[in-house]
Amino acid sequence: MDLWTIIIISIIKILFVVTITLLTVSYLVYFERKISAWVQDRIGPNRVGWYGLLQPFADVFKLFLKEDIVPDASIKSIHTLAPIITLFVAFSTYAVLPWGPPVNIFGYEIPLVLADVNSGILIVLALTSLGVYGITFSGWASGSKYSLLGGVRSSAQMISYEISMGFSVAGVLLISESLRPAAIIESQSGWMWNAFIQPIGFITFLVSAFAETNRLPFDLPEAEPELVGGYHTEYSSMKFAAFFLAEYANMIISSGLIVTLYLGGWQVPYIETFGLSSGWVTMMQIGAFFFKVGAVLFFFIWVRWSIPRFKYNQLMNLGWKVMFPLALVNLVWVAILVMLLN
Amino acid sequence: MIPSLQDLFNILPPVIIGAGILIALTLEMFVKPAKKIIPHFAFLVFLFTAYYSLMTMDKETYSLNTLMSGGGLTNILYFIFTFGSAIVVLISYDFIRKKDIVSSEYYILLMSAVLGMMIMASAKDFLMVFLGLEQMSVCFYILAGINRRNLLSNEASLKYFLLGAFATGFIVYGIAFIYGASGSLSYLVITNAIVTGQNITFLTIGLLLFIIGFSFKIAAFPFHMWVPDVYQGAPTTVSAFMSTTGKTAAFAVLIALLLPLFTVGNYQIFGPVLSLLAALSMIYGSIVAIAQKDIKRMLAYSSIAHAGYMLIGIAAGIPAGSAGVIYYLLAYTFMNIGAFGIVAYLEGVEETNLHIEDYAGLANQKPVLAALLSLFMFALAGIPPLAGFFGKYYVFVAAIKAGLVWLALVGIVSSAISVYFYLRLVVYMYFRENSKTITVFDSSYSMLGIIIAALLVIIVGVFPNTVVELITHFIS
Amino acid sequence: MTLEIILFILFALIGAASGVLMITRKNPVMSALFLILNFAALAGVYLLLNAQFIAVVQIIVYAGAIMVLFLFVIMLLRPDAEISILRTNPLLKYVAIGVGVLVFAQLIYLIFFFKPLNITPSDVAERIQIGTVENIGTEIYTKYIIPVQVAGFLLLSATIGALVLAKKKFE
Repeated sequence: MDLWTIIIISIIKILFVVTITLLTVSYLVYFERKISAWVQDRIGPNRVGWYGLLQPFADVFKLFLKEDIVPDASIKSIHTLAPIITLFVAFSTYAVLPWGPPVNIFGYEIPLVLADVNSGILIVLALTSLGVYGITFSGWASGSKYSLLGGVRSSAQMISYEISMGFSVAGVLLISESLRPAAIIESQSGWMWNAFIQPIGFITFLVSAFAETNRLPFDLPEAEPELVGGYHTEYSSMKFAAFFLAEYANMIISSGLIVTLYLGGWQVPYIETFGLSSGWVTMMQIGAFFFKVGAVLFFFIWVRWSIPRFKYNQLMNLGWKVMFPLALVNLVWVAILVMLLN
Repeated sequence: MIPSLQDLFNILPPVIIGAGILIALTLEMFVKPAKKIIPHFAFLVFLFTAYYSLMTMDKETYSLNTLMSGGGLTNILYFIFTFGSAIVVLISYDFIRKKDIVSSEYYILLMSAVLGMMIMASAKDFLMVFLGLEQMSVCFYILAGINRRNLLSNEASLKYFLLGAFATGFIVYGIAFIYGASGSLSYLVITNAIVTGQNITFLTIGLLLFIIGFSFKIAAFPFHMWVPDVYQGAPTTVSAFMSTTGKTAAFAVLIALLLPLFTVGNYQIFGPVLSLLAALSMIYGSIVAIAQKDIKRMLAYSSIAHAGYMLIGIAAGIPAGSAGVIYYLLAYTFMNIGAFGIVAYLEGVEETNLHIEDYAGLANQKPVLAALLSLFMFALAGIPPLAGFFGKYYVFVAAIKAGLVWLALVGIVSSAISVYFYLRLVVYMYFRENSKTITVFDSSYSMLGIIIAALLVIIVGVFPNTVVELITHFIS
Repeated sequence: MTLEIILFILFALIGAASGVLMITRKNPVMSALFLILNFAALAGVYLLLNAQFIAVVQIIVYAGAIMVLFLFVIMLLRPDAEISILRTNPLLKYVAIGVGVLVFAQLIYLIFFFKPLNITPSDVAERIQIGTVENIGTEIYTKYIIPVQVAGFLLLSATIGALVLAKKKFE
């Protein structure tokens, strides 16, 4: 494969991923509203298009036509930079997540991942740790006390939960013996999903993922009753939309990570025994990945409308005194397991 | 190469201390009367390690692919650290309760600091030196500020931390140069690189930066600024600990690194540098100490002067000089811990009874303590037949042998100067009327520690040859 | 010009420019921002040196954790004191410039007079292997296990220290 082919294939893949993500994000908002309506016994959006299916586009147009207000007290350059950072981090993480097995098209073997790098999981962790800056800077640069409080809260929360997240991932790495997402998926063949082997790690990772994405029950950075809107109080128009978009993109990436690390990625257990042709197998595997991601996303939304918001001290207690020790226990458990099996 | 159990066995003393730290932390978490148990536990761990180090002295080994060494000289240093710390635990027991300082953590940090010193003493690789140094220094920074109610203690901690971090910066910068020039962090490889003379400029820059960094740690003259404030502000027992065992650890590194370099022909750059540092430290410490009215500050300046005397032994560049330094360190550890122990004994709950006037007429009120303090003062001043005298004697003789007669003369002159302020304290205790009686909290633990230190100062002073011959045997 | 050199020039320029911008900013938060950019550029240089693990750890630890701490301190304390230090002691500025020039001169000397050592393997595949996570993990947990344990004790002591010095009340 020469250089130009690689570049063209990469560009196609990038376009595919970005389009899919943008579409998913807009419809995720729609589904969130629909599911919340269902949970609360309402109807939800049903005016724009058939069953309200065009609602996301209407929302985008509305935000697009709004005036972009930059407060006088803000620091303009950073105020503009913050949503860009947030969006950049949210989207660049998709590069390392494989959404299917390698496929053969026109004689080229193409891995269904943008960058099949050695230390993929570390890169995900690195990018999530950079995600703090978007929120911190937006909070600080707005020149408003609610924003600042939201930003500080958010960074404290994300840093605290990053630790239990990292330790949970370490348990997965012990089993896969590699940081490549593809290798991690391959290590979970059959029903040997990490969610079953290390349930404690799965739970700690799941909870940390909620905290990292600032979703309810951990959405203290934007807690409406106390902080108006937290770090994005002073944002409007498309800058606000960028934060909104990033939040949902982060949700998708978290779901993708959970699926990759704990739920077997694109694998369908024992699919090779069904006697299907290779094309069907690949299709089913890609379908399985998106199905699993969808299921986890539904879980995210479900939790949001079921559990009330934590208090800040409860959040910190949970992070440091419950999740962190549990993640360590999980690590020890996996280490013992690996030692016994070897 | 995976380290075997034998590797761990070769460096058992630090392993024991490390295990002790973990056990003490666990005890603190689960056992209710931990405050009472942990000091005793720490004392026993130190004592056992000291005993074990002495017993296994004959087996000299390299461990972990020459990262560390065990046995021989290393074990003598282990003995100084652990036995010195055991006495520090004794003099701390009632002091800590008197001052209401967090107790368990104090002893755990003492053990952690000793772990760092042991790693420094056994290191044959810059990686281990750096880790050990940081381990020790971090514990010192915390210990200096452990009396949180006292503003001076807080200031001492912060000052020590900032300057210590600055010194560490020099050390790391130096290590980076050395690694870049020789491609290794091992002493052996670096000595060889100096012999072959490849990239010699960068090696020299690196080693000089390293020495500058360590001059901070041993409190030599141009890098001494932190010493008086830190020794004065830190709790007295902590000053005793830092000024003795910490100094020993830093000198151990300098000896292990620099002594082989002196035998490399044509490479005589460190001799003059170290001589200069030594001369300046001795003169400065001795002269400025005269002006001090606060006992702890006086002992701090005396500590600078003593660093100077010890540097003479290294500057001489012969094994006898280094043996003299280690003997000196052994003696200095016990006399200084004893002196600080008595200061801690007499100190009030608030930082009282530290002025030299407070010691006036002490001989009437506390005859035993006054006698012991006089003993330590005589030893520090270098009056025969106490250990301090022979320490200086060996170092000066080595300097003369190495042709550094001027340095020995400077040493003798500054010793003569220093006699003034050491004996002034004795004069105050015996020949001045006490204007007021000071309130003293009696403590049998401290008394025991001080008496053990005094006995050691006498024993080491009476049998200097045995000790020095043992050290010389291991050095060469 | 190979791709490697183009990338190196890019990262080096970003690194140098962000370094200069960092020390010339009046606003400490802006300085921190440029320092983060500097770390990112440095991570890129590490990548070019086949040190993939260090590159990522540089981002996670320095950019992701330590700088957040810095930002916290800057945002919560809003220090304006540093300007007054330079005003009360103008000599400090010249000392700083002197030290900077010294270090720069030493770097120049290093570039022209340093004899490189032949310690890197000549084989490209082998060179790439050195910096991988697997390789570093193997080295750390076999040959350098004792240093790692000592580093663990160091962090433990620092944690105890933070507790001792910062805890509100002791029973």
